[in-house]
Amino acid sequence: MAISNKINRRPFVAALLAQRNGALVIPGLGSPTWDCSAAGDSPEYLYSWGGMGLAVPTALGVALAQPQRRVLALTGDGEMLMGIGSLGVVAAQGAKNLSILVLDNESFGETGRQTGLTADSTDLCAIARGFGIARTMHVTAQEKADELAEFLFKGEGPCFAVAKIALSEDPWCLPVKDGAAIARRFRIALGIEAA
Amino acid sequence: MSEELSWSDEVFREIKKREIGTVCTIPDGGLTRLLNLIKADKGMRLITLTTEEEGMGIVTGQWLGGKRAMIAMQSSGVGNCINALGLPSAMRAPCLMLVTMRGQYGEFNPWQVQMGQGARPALEAVGVKCFPADQPHEVAPAFIGAADLAFNGGFSCAVLVSQRVIGAKGFGQK
Repeated sequence: MAISNKINRRPFVAALLAQRNGALVIPGLGSPTWDCSAAGDSPEYLYSWGGMGLAVPTALGVALAQPQRRVLALTGDGEMLMGIGSLGVVAAQGAKNLSILVLDNESFGETGRQTGLTADSTDLCAIARGFGIARTMHVTAQEKADELAEFLFKGEGPCFAVAKIALSEDPWCLPVKDGAAIARRFRIALGIEAA
Repeated sequence: MSEELSWSDEVFREIKKREIGTVCTIPDGGLTRLLNLIKADKGMRLITLTTEEEGMGIVTGQWLGGKRAMIAMQSSGVGNCINALGLPSAMRAPCLMLVTMRGQYGEFNPWQVQMGQGARPALEAVGVKCFPADQPHEVAPAFIGAADLAFNGGFSCAVLVSQRVIGAKGFGQK
């Protein structure tokens, strides 16, 4: 149950993923990974249990390898800030099939909800534009899910969005932990490996 | 000097032979010739990073998408990579690194010594298999060994090119 006016993460992410139209999803560790799992398991979700700071670089590597597929990096504010320089690399590579969404609850969700920098003056969309990602979107309302899905999955990349997310108590929905299994079924889904 | 040039050409040939199409880097002086060869090759992609740890994500993503990539960096950059190496390890993704060493033989800059001396122990502490090359003619064979182990089995492998191969940076001093 949401305890503030901001977006309720589970239905919001579920609504977005329902419109992904085949986009590959690279969630960051913690809540974004649980949100994807809760929306309904898919081998096209590359769940993360570690490597904080690497969601965008990993998504970029996939996007450059698979130019005909849309790739969404779906991460949290802390994880994005840890890998903030990668936005510059994204802009320089100009990956047209790469979208990035930060689910920003202004806190370190997994370690006690300590307040993060985006609660104060850090503006991630301004940072993305400063790195050269021209297309950005800032969302604070649940009703904007469809507009955000259009922005992320239909517009030309690279594009970057922030959705301000409420702190909430959600049921645990843990996906598979085995990194080799996660990677292998992702590659099978892409037709790179045989099942 | 001519030997310093040729290890770069040999490694470049082995990169091309294995269809490693992308090289991620924070450049080092000792990598100059190799990076220039990569940049000049229209079939290859050179990605300049903001910090070396991004390379772990990019090369893992490339493998997930069916492509081969590697990282080229200085030994100081290894220090920035240690936690990030957990990603390719967890996924059993190949992670091939070419590292030019500082802080070894006749190093002018004392700030380089801790990570130069610590690079190999740090890599081995997190399970990376190290392939040192102390002479110019050893670099390409070490690269072949590291690359084939990495891509055949999904391992993290690092070629460590000794400062004896590169030569100590002079900083304009006599």
